[in-house]
Amino acid sequence: MRLGLVIDLDVCVGCNACAVSCKQWNTSGTTGPLTDYAPYSKDPSGVWFNRIRNFEIGDYPNNKTVHFPMSCMHCEDAACVTVCPTGASYKRKEDGIVLVDQDKCMGCNYCSWACPYGARELDREDGTMKKCTLCIDRIYDKNLAPEDRQPTCVITCPAHARHFGDFDDPNSNVNKLVRERGGNALMPELGYRPTNMYLPPRAVKQEPTVQKDSIISKVKDWVNRSIAR
Amino acid sequence: MHPALSVIFFTVMSGSGYGLMTLLIISIVFDVDGGMSHQQVIVTSLVALGLITAGLLSSSFHLANPKNAWRSMSRFRTSWLSREAVLAITFYPFTFLWLLQWYLGHGLENRWTLLLTVLVFMGSVMVNFATGMLYATLKTIPQWNTSLTPANFMMLGMMLGSLLLTTLRFYFGLPVEQLLIIDLGFLATAGTLKLMYFFWVGKPHGPSINTATMFTRATVRLFDVGHTSGTFLTDEFGYQVARFRIMLLRYAVYLFAFIIPALFLPMSMSFESALTLTLTAFLGVLIERWLFFAEARHVVTLYHGNQRV
Ligand code: SF4
Ligand code: SF4
Ligand code: SF4
Repeated sequence: MRLGLVIDLDVCVGCNACAVSCKQWNTSGTTGPLTDYAPYSKDPSGVWFNRIRNFEIGDYPNNKTVHFPMSCMHCEDAACVTVCPTGASYKRKEDGIVLVDQDKCMGCNYCSWACPYGARELDREDGTMKKCTLCIDRIYDKNLAPEDRQPTCVITCPAHARHFGDFDDPNSNVNKLVRERGGNALMPELGYRPTNMYLPPRAVKQEPTVQKDSIISKVKDWVNRSIAR
Repeated sequence: MHPALSVIFFTVMSGSGYGLMTLLIISIVFDVDGGMSHQQVIVTSLVALGLITAGLLSSSFHLANPKNAWRSMSRFRTSWLSREAVLAITFYPFTFLWLLQWYLGHGLENRWTLLLTVLVFMGSVMVNFATGMLYATLKTIPQWNTSLTPANFMMLGMMLGSLLLTTLRFYFGLPVEQLLIIDLGFLATAGTLKLMYFFWVGKPHGPSINTATMFTRATVRLFDVGHTSGTFLTDEFGYQVARFRIMLLRYAVYLFAFIIPALFLPMSMSFESALTLTLTAFLGVLIERWLFFAEARHVVTLYHGNQRV
């Protein structure tokens, strides 16, 4: 098995629900807590397994905003594991999940240097490295209903932008999506062979961001202006 | 990359300590300037061990969870950091045995001393190599991902080592004529290699924001980074220095680490002047190490707005 996620950049609305539910689930999970530093101050900060960035693709007026959730890619050639001197970082043979054993980690940060995707964050409070567990404490839990045995970020996503499955099975939901939609890995040139795949926005007719000078738009503009007054 | 003072101090101090051991062994094996007495060999080695130990202790301040540091010896088959730890620790017993031999009056004519000499020599060279490799293996930092990195670490370590050895020989009142030529050789080689490195880091040659986001056929700009204050990633990898400051500091590296020692060492006639020049070189190499980190650009900064690394 090679478990991982497919993230659909066409429908991700950048709502951050996956990141919040990830934090909520995992802070009491196997590698929790996800410590917060000064959470109620002006500059709150803390450990997250999943972060969403927003990019502008293309040039005005043919531009588009793309929201980019990123968590651990559970890479096939995970340098974060090979560089770890203590053996705290490891990749599971049976399903390819990359984990950190908090009891062995010495907090040297070396693995976070080796990760191109910013998936690892040091917890300054307990001095160990933390990262996405692919919700290992959900996906094998027999006490949960079968449809709930998925990462919490996948279940939470209101836009269904996240999919979880086995990349070793050619007919799995994730492989079908990658085939149909032309899914890609990020920074493949570094050779980490990330498991997680990203689906590009669907090819649709280009709609310039500026509106044409139609009668309807003029009426709309007039209405907007009068309301603003 | 964030230049952590503990790591800068560690790599410079330990590097010079291992360099001093290397040069000490070269000088006694090839009888440079007539070699040294047993007692002087012991004093010189203790100075080297002091530098090495100070560096290693400082490196443990970099660990967020030092109580697990002993585990770092376990993955030497894959990790250069682990290899460095193993080599650095095994260096001690061999060096102590070696020192015991000298103390008991067994010089190089003794078979066991000779064997230990070879082992200590190999150890001291290999630790500096491992320190360089630890940075050079990271594909995520294209500036470091070059064989120039271990070459720089080894050469700068040996350069400081040979300057230290010169200073100590002045202190012992021994001649330094041949050693001065060796000093100049190391100053020139290390300086040239560093110059090559500075040329190498000049242009971006790693991934771009396009491959990082897989949109390779359009311009890509960061629109919003998604957090309102610093994160672990921005603290660790977001360090940026102004172009002008980098240039100034590079000149400082050249002046202090290479040019001043190379110009004045041949004229220096006393322990004090040799010591001053050695300390000047240390200052230069400390700035060099600071720049080594500060100038390095990690690919994760592509997700924080950099277009190239
Ligand atoms: S994304 Fe980073 S942390 Fe996750 S497996 Fe790949 S290299 Fe390791
Ligand atoms: S921080 Fe922990 S997991 Fe990462 S390389 Fe160091 S010991 Fe290994
Ligand atoms: S799989 Fe689980 S741990 Fe990983 S990002 Fe999603 S919710 Fe977080």
